[in-house]
Amino acid sequence: MAEQTTPGHEPYYVPERSKLAIMAALGLFLSVFGAATFINSNSGKFSDAGGGGWLLTIGIAVFIAVLFSWFRTTIIENRAGMNSAQVRRSYVLGMQWFIFSEVMFFAVFFGSLYYVRVHVGPWLSGAGEKGVTTLLWSGFNFEWPLMQTPQEAVGGVANQMMANNGVFTGPERNLAFPGFKEMFAWLPLWNTVILLSSSFTVHVAHHALKADQRKKFTTWLLITVALGFIFVALQAVEYYEAYHHYGLKLSSGIYGTTFFMLTGFHGVHVIIGATMLLVQLLRTFKGHFTAEDHFGFEAASWYWHFVDVVWVGLFLFVYIL
Amino acid sequence: MDAHAHHGPAKGLTRWLFTTNHKDIGTMYMWFSFAMFILGGAFAMIIRAELFQPGLQMVNPEFFNQMLTLHGLVMVFGAIMPAFVGLANYMIPMMIGAPDMALPRMNNWSFWILPFAFAMLVSTLFMEGGSPNFGWTFYAPLSTTYAPPSVTFFIFSIHIMGMSSIMGAINIIATVINMRAPGMTYMKMPMFVWTWLITAFLLVAVMPVLAGAVTMMLMDIHFGTSFFSAAGGGDPVLFQHVFWFFGHPEVYIVILPAFGVVSQIIPTFARKPLFGYDSMVYATASIAFLSFLVWAHHMFTVGMPIAGELFFMYATLLIAVPTGVKVFNWVTTMFRGSMTFETPMLFCIGFIILFTIGGFTGVMLAIAPADFQYHDSYFVVAHFHYVMVAGAVFSMTAAIYYWLPKWTGKMYDETLGKTQFWIAFIGFNLAFFPQHFLGLAGMPRRIPDYALQFTNFNMLSSIGAFIYGGAQVLLGFNVIRTIVAGKPVNDPKVWDGAQGLEWTLPTPAPYHTFTTPPEVK
Repeated sequence: MAEQTTPGHEPYYVPERSKLAIMAALGLFLSVFGAATFINSNSGKFSDAGGGGWLLTIGIAVFIAVLFSWFRTTIIENRAGMNSAQVRRSYVLGMQWFIFSEVMFFAVFFGSLYYVRVHVGPWLSGAGEKGVTTLLWSGFNFEWPLMQTPQEAVGGVANQMMANNGVFTGPERNLAFPGFKEMFAWLPLWNTVILLSSSFTVHVAHHALKADQRKKFTTWLLITVALGFIFVALQAVEYYEAYHHYGLKLSSGIYGTTFFMLTGFHGVHVIIGATMLLVQLLRTFKGHFTAEDHFGFEAASWYWHFVDVVWVGLFLFVYIL
Repeated sequence: MDAHAHHGPAKGLTRWLFTTNHKDIGTMYMWFSFAMFILGGAFAMIIRAELFQPGLQMVNPEFFNQMLTLHGLVMVFGAIMPAFVGLANYMIPMMIGAPDMALPRMNNWSFWILPFAFAMLVSTLFMEGGSPNFGWTFYAPLSTTYAPPSVTFFIFSIHIMGMSSIMGAINIIATVINMRAPGMTYMKMPMFVWTWLITAFLLVAVMPVLAGAVTMMLMDIHFGTSFFSAAGGGDPVLFQHVFWFFGHPEVYIVILPAFGVVSQIIPTFARKPLFGYDSMVYATASIAFLSFLVWAHHMFTVGMPIAGELFFMYATLLIAVPTGVKVFNWVTTMFRGSMTFETPMLFCIGFIILFTIGGFTGVMLAIAPADFQYHDSYFVVAHFHYVMVAGAVFSMTAAIYYWLPKWTGKMYDETLGKTQFWIAFIGFNLAFFPQHFLGLAGMPRRIPDYALQFTNFNMLSSIGAFIYGGAQVLLGFNVIRTIVAGKPVNDPKVWDGAQGLEWTLPTPAPYHTFTTPPEVK
């Protein structure tokens, strides 16, 4: 850089003008406008204009292209030596606080699960001073997992004050802990084993990279990515089972709601995390990382550990307790 | 990277579209915010025009509801928040001796999401069934079971606004933690930087919660979930808990940067250092911490168990303590200072007086048994306009006048500035003070029509609102006039009592500043 520098100070790299940001904003806008149009015209609730699907597809394509180009630019800059230690610290902070925001996002859904199970459920079945709700949902008994919704307890939609709320039919079976005897035929247990191992394998890979053992690093990273996608596949099997054999759906009342929203958002994050790690694996094949400089991998592995910790919470509060 | 990094900005529109410069981005944020302020103000004028007299004369109730919803959303998310984010973008690097924000490209992304998000939100006005009509707090089931189709667009616009805020906040945190000049320790940072660091933390913590709330709405409306339906075992009150877990920290997100601005300006015109700097930092941190523990004071009448009512009441009352520390410090800073009353100072003094009134009504509302009376009345409307408008907007106006010479190299017209202050001050109080009485007398909020005995105060309020609106046009005029024809200023310090790194830079501040960090002693 042709900047005047005081001795001992490395200039902070401020990138040139860039089209990335405005294109990313455009891609995001097209995606969400498309998604809203598409959802409105397809959910059967409102009839609305068509074309949403196309807009959504184009938006996502633009967005992915921009992200690809953006990460590419950052990687090129880093490899060209433009990133001083201070610039790298900015990236580290960015990733850390991004993960914190994700933690808060999951916290909302865990918090809602807590509120529903500890407070709302008992109140709906008449506990405390909430006598009014007993009048509304007489005959409703709260249990968790919720197998019979308040709506069913009072005889279905016909007896319901607000029929346009929706129809909520409880599941026939749930996915809660089946007891120690049948535990080994219980998919969530295996999913837990897989995800916890993957956190371990990525840790081993990280250590191998720091020791500059390339072969070991790629092997363990490959195993991690594989475990990640196996987890996703098993979750898909679980969802299939739930929908087709358990009668457990998004519309199965609050149990199905919290079950699918928590595991679903977690699953999406596993897909994102596994994709991040996969990209890092491909980058290794191109020889991108050194034992000292491998923040791309490190960030992805932090994300992976985060996804793993969320799963531990899920396993505990959604499946076992 | 090379020589032309030293040049001025690029020519033409692409300067703004592709920029990575914190001053450009800060400028865009502030102009965008001003545009939204005028738009949200126009919505408010429709509301006040309708309420000038009892009965329905201008708009139908459905449209009235859309206006008050959009007024709230546009003002909170489009006007006030981006104004302070813009100010942070412009000033924080200059205040801590950094060359730019830590992540400049992402900075531009955070900004450019906003015009798209608000275009999408406002476009709902032209959709079938009209725009969202459930109030800016969008309580379920009004916003789920009974919502117009445009609610889906509203949900997604909130999603991307939230992304913008989170990225903006992460950028500010990274900048403050990582980009301070050598010697600029945390406890030497200007108060504005401190308040923004804490605000950014609040943003990263609660914007995802808001995203969660609107996601649950989306799922309930379109995908059959029952988060907010008791029929499926959920609870509409769950929405209020989630929303206010975001919403209460949100009001501090709005007001803490305003505190920061006031803490910069008062020492300048009192010609004394800020009294109790350390206690100011701790008070800000305490307010932020407490803001996570008080959300249900918005829900006293919802039927919480008595233990909940008491906890949230006492926790809320506790916030008066650090807030009192702040007001005490500002007043003590002025005590025996060599005060002058330029426009920024007038707005700051106006801020202290009116914000304190808003704070006191806040304490009244925090007392659960009393709140049963005030809840959902015009008293609440008066309270939050005293803190949002006389708090956040007054302080932002002060900030504009205070730093405008540094930004443009030109001095605004002092007479015009002072005139604007007095018009705004009188208009504001005329608009909102009578609303306290209306609320105490029992006029509910969010209605297009009212009982006859409320007529006089409503008329006064509407007249005041239009006067206040006029004052904002004057602000826009004064700023543009300064840019076009202001008297040039070349003194780096502009104000003789000003302290801080930004005043060591040339006036107007060059396009790139502190490419080499200054040494802070």
